[in-house]
Amino acid sequence: MATNASGFFKAGYSSEFGFWETPWRRFWVLAGLALAAAFPFFAPTFWIGVVNLAAIAAIGALALNLVTGYTGQLSLGHSGFLAAGAFTVGILVGQWSMPVCVTLPAAIVIGMGVGVFVGVPALRLRGIYLSISTLAAYFVIASLASEYQSRFGGGAGFVIPPPQIGSWVLSGERNWYFVLLALVALATLLCLNLNRSHVGRAWLAIRERDLAASAMGIDVSFYKVMAFVISTAMTSLAGALLAYYTAFVSAEAFTFMVTIEYLAMILIGGLGSVLGSLLGALFVTLLPFLVERAVEQLPFPATFKTHMFAVQSGLFAILMLAFLMFEPLGLARIWGRIRAYFELWPFRYRPLP
Amino acid sequence: MQLAVNVLVLTALYALMAEGFVLIYRASRVFSLAHGDLMMLGGYVFFTCLVATGGNLWVSVPIALAAGFLIGVAVYLAGIRPLAGYPVASIVLVTVAIGILIRSVATLVWSGQVRYPAHALPFKDTPHQLGNAVFSTLDLASLAAALVFFVFLVALLQRTALGVRMRAAAENPRLAANSGINIHRVIALSWGLACFGATLAALFYTTRVNLEPDSWLVGLRAFVPALIGGMNSPLGVLPGALIVALVEVLAAQYLDPVMVNSAPFLVLLLALWVRPWGLFGTREEVVRV
Repeated sequence: MATNASGFFKAGYSSEFGFWETPWRRFWVLAGLALAAAFPFFAPTFWIGVVNLAAIAAIGALALNLVTGYTGQLSLGHSGFLAAGAFTVGILVGQWSMPVCVTLPAAIVIGMGVGVFVGVPALRLRGIYLSISTLAAYFVIASLASEYQSRFGGGAGFVIPPPQIGSWVLSGERNWYFVLLALVALATLLCLNLNRSHVGRAWLAIRERDLAASAMGIDVSFYKVMAFVISTAMTSLAGALLAYYTAFVSAEAFTFMVTIEYLAMILIGGLGSVLGSLLGALFVTLLPFLVERAVEQLPFPATFKTHMFAVQSGLFAILMLAFLMFEPLGLARIWGRIRAYFELWPFRYRPLP
Repeated sequence: MQLAVNVLVLTALYALMAEGFVLIYRASRVFSLAHGDLMMLGGYVFFTCLVATGGNLWVSVPIALAAGFLIGVAVYLAGIRPLAGYPVASIVLVTVAIGILIRSVATLVWSGQVRYPAHALPFKDTPHQLGNAVFSTLDLASLAAALVFFVFLVALLQRTALGVRMRAAAENPRLAANSGINIHRVIALSWGLACFGATLAALFYTTRVNLEPDSWLVGLRAFVPALIGGMNSPLGVLPGALIVALVEVLAAQYLDPVMVNSAPFLVLLLALWVRPWGLFGTREEVVRV
């Protein structure tokens, strides 16, 4: 969007490519970061843990948004890419007791490899066929993972000791919180910078019309594969963090439902929006806990309590349908409308330029 | 010999399921990820009727099939039609959401327990001997049902005016609509037929194995034969299903029982790399980038 709701206009390319749209934007982001840093000092430990899960999910959601939101390629294999990272950690730590400074880079490299494997069909396929090939890749990764687990993991899975750097052991919700906050900030920075560079513009062009993009001289297959490689590498990192954080790796954790949860995050948050990925990840991670509280407090039939997961996923489906039908740009768009309302007040429309 | 029987029976089930993906894809250019859940729902309707009527097949089978057809039409009218003109990816996500909704409703209504419709059948499924192969009455019935379904489908598509309209709408929806074909009715019919086939497959699958909300995964796996055969070729699913069934049975027999799950997908990835439009699909369908 070229202008802010307040009537702030961009006067040249340098401000178009600038990182901060307005000085106020910088102020609000720093204020938000300060609030996020203060959060663990007044919140109960349980909710810090929930937010930690949301932070890991946010890295995965940012990655998925790069492929699906920006490049416009529906990826149905996200759960498999998470599993790839988690199993890299599971194998390296569970079997060879490698330190964390080896396993995380290894997870990223494996993720890039998976990205090439999934992205290669992009050289020939597009649209829905590409999505199906990511779905097929998911099933291959998932069955390989469960096979590996049943052979070497004793059937149940791998137990992962907390990560250790030198003599410092990363444990406790609050320590994890700061590490994850820093990683989410890094991932956000990476996504924002990718999206305002020539890479992001190429992705947007491919999303809008790949034929037109290639006519403008964009190497469509290269940028598509690149989107997949960066996205799967980030996702694999998120999977590795998940493995360390939950201290356990099991193939049963990476069902197709996980893919759908991540898709719901970027859908509810907003396709093609960095803020949307963060909001969506937080929302979708919080939702099951809130639903559980609500079902326990309110008079629902008993079957609702015994089948909590069904209630949660049903609500999920309804939310997904509602956002798809009525607000395809998600929470980020709703937030934008609210912001515009207050910035323009007492007027209802932005002034005509 | 036994292997051949196993392959044939599996082919019949896969073909019945996969035909739904093809019909829906041809009609609305959508890859329906809710198809497995619709199959599972059909199985539950059948099971409920079977228990309610005390095992009366003459009542419960037609009711289940009719319900399957109507559910397919309803899903199209309620979920897919309002989104006409949206990007394909959004519609695929809508089918995903519909699938989850069906799954959670099924869990809430019928609970997550594993059911065995075979126990509610009025007769015991007796095995027959042919040469050195053993097959059951249900195996024979599933083969016959698949055969009848496909003959009916081919007759419908090739011999009737309705079939001509369906083919026209599949080939070029805009042109078909301009020539006075009510394409929404035709597409709704395709969705209905797809779910009819899925329910037919569900009858045999659930009586052979079992029925639980997780049965949807079995139905979803049938997208492999559909893609291998070609997404817009109604008869391509037969060789597609044969290939997948062959790979699965042979992998289980000679490689490793665990390979059963991943072998079809490896074949699919290979097929997508080499011949993305499938064995019998039209080539224009997948435009080279």
